Amino acid sequence: MFTILEKEMLNPTVARMVIAAPLIARKAEPGQFVILRAMSESERIPLTIAEYQREAGTVTLIFQVMGAGTMELNALETGESLQDLVGPLGRATETEGLHKVCVVGGGVGCAIALPIAQKLHEQGAVVHSIVGFRNRDLVILENEFRKFSDELKIMTDDGSYGEKGLVTTALEALINAGNQYDEVIAIGPLIMMKFVSLTTKKYGLKTVVSMNPIMIDGTGMCGGCRLTVGGETKFACVDGPDFDGHLVDFDEALRRGEMYREFEQHARETACNLFAKEVR
Amino acid sequence: MPERNMSQQKTPMPTQPADVRNHNFDEVALGYTLEMAVSEAKRCLNCKNHPCVSACPVNIDIPAFIERVAKEDLEGAYEVIARSSALPAVCGRVCPQETQCEGECVRKAKGESVGIGRLERFVADWHREHSAALPQPPAPNGHKVAVIGAGPSGLTCAGDLAKLGYSVTVFEALHVAGGVLVYGIPEFRLPKAIVRSEIDGLKALGVTIQTDVVIGKTLTVDELFEMGFEAVYIGSGAGLPRFMGIPGESLKGVYSANEYLTRINLMKAYRSDSRTPIQRSHAVAVVGGGNVAMDAARCAKRLGAERVYIVYRRGMEELPARLEEIEHAQEEGVQFHTLVNPVEVLGDEKGWVTGIRCVEMTLGEPDASGRRRPVTKADSAFVLDVDTVIMAIGTQPNPLIHRTTQGLDTDRHGCIVTNGDDGLTSRPNVYAGGDAVTGAATVILAMGAGKQAAAAIHRSLMD
Repeated sequence: MFTILEKEMLNPTVARMVIAAPLIARKAEPGQFVILRAMSESERIPLTIAEYQREAGTVTLIFQVMGAGTMELNALETGESLQDLVGPLGRATETEGLHKVCVVGGGVGCAIALPIAQKLHEQGAVVHSIVGFRNRDLVILENEFRKFSDELKIMTDDGSYGEKGLVTTALEALINAGNQYDEVIAIGPLIMMKFVSLTTKKYGLKTVVSMNPIMIDGTGMCGGCRLTVGGETKFACVDGPDFDGHLVDFDEALRRGEMYREFEQHARETACNLFAKEVR
Repeated sequence: MPERNMSQQKTPMPTQPADVRNHNFDEVALGYTLEMAVSEAKRCLNCKNHPCVSACPVNIDIPAFIERVAKEDLEGAYEVIARSSALPAVCGRVCPQETQCEGECVRKAKGESVGIGRLERFVADWHREHSAALPQPPAPNGHKVAVIGAGPSGLTCAGDLAKLGYSVTVFEALHVAGGVLVYGIPEFRLPKAIVRSEIDGLKALGVTIQTDVVIGKTLTVDELFEMGFEAVYIGSGAGLPRFMGIPGESLKGVYSANEYLTRINLMKAYRSDSRTPIQRSHAVAVVGGGNVAMDAARCAKRLGAERVYIVYRRGMEELPARLEEIEHAQEEGVQFHTLVNPVEVLGDEKGWVTGIRCVEMTLGEPDASGRRRPVTKADSAFVLDVDTVIMAIGTQPNPLIHRTTQGLDTDRHGCIVTNGDDGLTSRPNVYAGGDAVTGAATVILAMGAGKQAAAAIHRSLMD
C-alpha cells in the first residue's frame, strides 16, 4: 500500500513523489488534497495533490522539505511505502464556465497551480500563468506550465531568471494591458495570496485562493483548520480549501499559522539530526 | 445461593491519588481485586424483575453475570456479557451507569446501587488478562455488509453481524480504528491498549477493518453497493465542532475540544517524543459542562496547567457530565465557574489569548429542553486570565456522506433521519446510528443503535 514508485528532487528543497494509491487516483480532481503520515509516529500532514494518473492508479505529490513531517516523507525512497495516505479530501477547484483565467503560482504552490492550469487548458480556456520564485535555482515546472499556458510570466525576487519582481507586478501589468479575466486563481504562500487578492480587489476581479491551514484529521472533525471568510467561520477541509480571496481574513490565517512555530523548529532540528544523510 | 452482602455502600473503587494522577496519563481507576468483586457481586439481590437489564441499551443479562462473579465463575460471567456487548472493557469504564442499569437498581431504595459498571469492567479485564482464547469466526453465511466508521457504533454493528456469519468490512477515515474511543476519550479514562484488545477480538471474529478510507470522498455509499455489499451501516460519528460566535475565537490558543483531545489522544501530543504539537498552557478555560469538557480540563491539568477552569452557563446541578467525572475533575484541582458565560476571548497584539471576558448568569424559566434558561446578570462582567480557551459546546454532523449520497434524508440539524428503532434510513438497505443520527451522545447509546441495526440488517437480508 502507498508504495513510492518514483522520486526526484525538482530543486534543492522540493521533491516530487509518485505514489501508488489506486482509490485516491480514481477520484482525485485538481485542488484536492491528501493527508499522510510518512512513518508510524509521524504527524498527519496535508499536501495538495499535484498530479494523478487514473489508469496507473498513482498520485503525485510535490512538496517542499520544510518541517519534520516533510523531512520524514523525504527520507523515504523509491520502493518504500508511506504509513498512511488518505483522500482525496476537500472540494475540487471549480473551473466550469471559465473562458479566460490568470493562474498565479508562488514557490512550491506552483505544483498545485499546474493541474488547474492544465484542466482549464484542456477545457479550452485561455490560460495566462504567472509563477514566482525567490531565485533561478528554485524555479520548477517551467516546461509544464509553458505547455498549458497561452502566456507565461516567470518572476524572481532577485531577477536571476525571468523578470525581476513580484507576481503582483506581472498580474497588474497583464490586467492593465487589457486582459479581461473571468477569474484569477492564486496558490502559494499566504502572504502572496493576500497581496494578489488586494491587487485584484482594486479591479473587482474575482479571485480564488487555496488555503492550507493547520489540519489534523482533514475530514471535518477537529476544527483546527478554521478560517474566517466573509465574517463566517469556515473549515478548509470540508468547505475548502478554495475560498474567495476577497473574503478571506488573511491576517488571522497568517497569525494562526504561526501557532506552533517554536515546536516546529525544534521538531525540525530533531528530524534534521535523524535524517542528516538525506537532507543536506 | 451465596450469602448476600447487605452493605448500603458500593465497594469503593481503588484510584490513583488525585495529586499524583493529575500529573500523569495513567488510568485513574485501578479496578477491583477478585475479593472486592466477589464482595460487590454479593450485593446483588437477583431481584425478580431485574430492571437493570431493560435499562441497559444493549440488554446485558446483568443479574446472571453478577451471580457468576459471586460464585467466582469469571469466564462464565464473561460469556454472559459477551453475548450482548462487543466492548465490555470499554463500557465498564465509560458508560453512564448511574442513569442506566444502576439507576434502576432496587438496592437504591436503601443506599447505593450495585456497582454494575465496576463489575463489568472487572470481568472484562479478567478475561483479557487470563484467557488467551480469541473468539472463533462462525461459518460464513455468504452475505457482505459494509460499516462506515470504526467507532463504538460501527464496531458493535460489525461484531454482531460477524457473529451471525456475515462478511463485514469496516471503513475508517482515520489511521487507527476506535473512533471517539481513541481520538476523544483520554488514556487515563480508557487505556488505548484496552481498545486495541477489544478490536483484536472483533478481527478474530472475521471483521475486516480498512483504515484511511473516507466514505463520501475515497468511496461513496453507492460504490459500496457496486462492490457487492448488500447493506451499509453508517456510524460516522459526530462532526465539526461548534463555536460560540463570540469575538476572539480565532486567536492563537483557542481550541475546539475535538482538536485539543485529538492532538493528545490520537496523536499522543502529551508524550515528549510526539511529532504533534500542543500548547503547554499556564491557565486554561474550558467552555462547556459535558464529559468532553471534563476530559479536556483534566488533560490540560495533566499537561501542566497551573489553573484550569470549567466555564458553564448553568449551575452545578445542571452540568451534563457524569457525576464521577465532575468529582474526579474537582479532586484533581479543576475549578468550576458555573452560571458564567463567556462573551469575548481577549488577545494580545500578536494574536495570543490573554483572557476570557465572562458575565454571570441566573436561571430563569425552563426552556424547550426543560432546563431553566440562563439569563445574563446586569453589570456582572469579569475577566479570567487564561492563555488557552477550549470550546467544548458540542458538534454538528459531518456533511461528507450526506453531500455524496443521493436520497439520504437529514433533518434541519444535518443529522441522518432513520425510521425509528431499527436505524433504516430513507435509502433502502442503508442504516445509520450513533452520533451521526442523534448528534453528540454517549458511547453506549451509539452501541445500542449499532446492535439494533445489526438485527434489522439480519432480518432484512434473511427474508
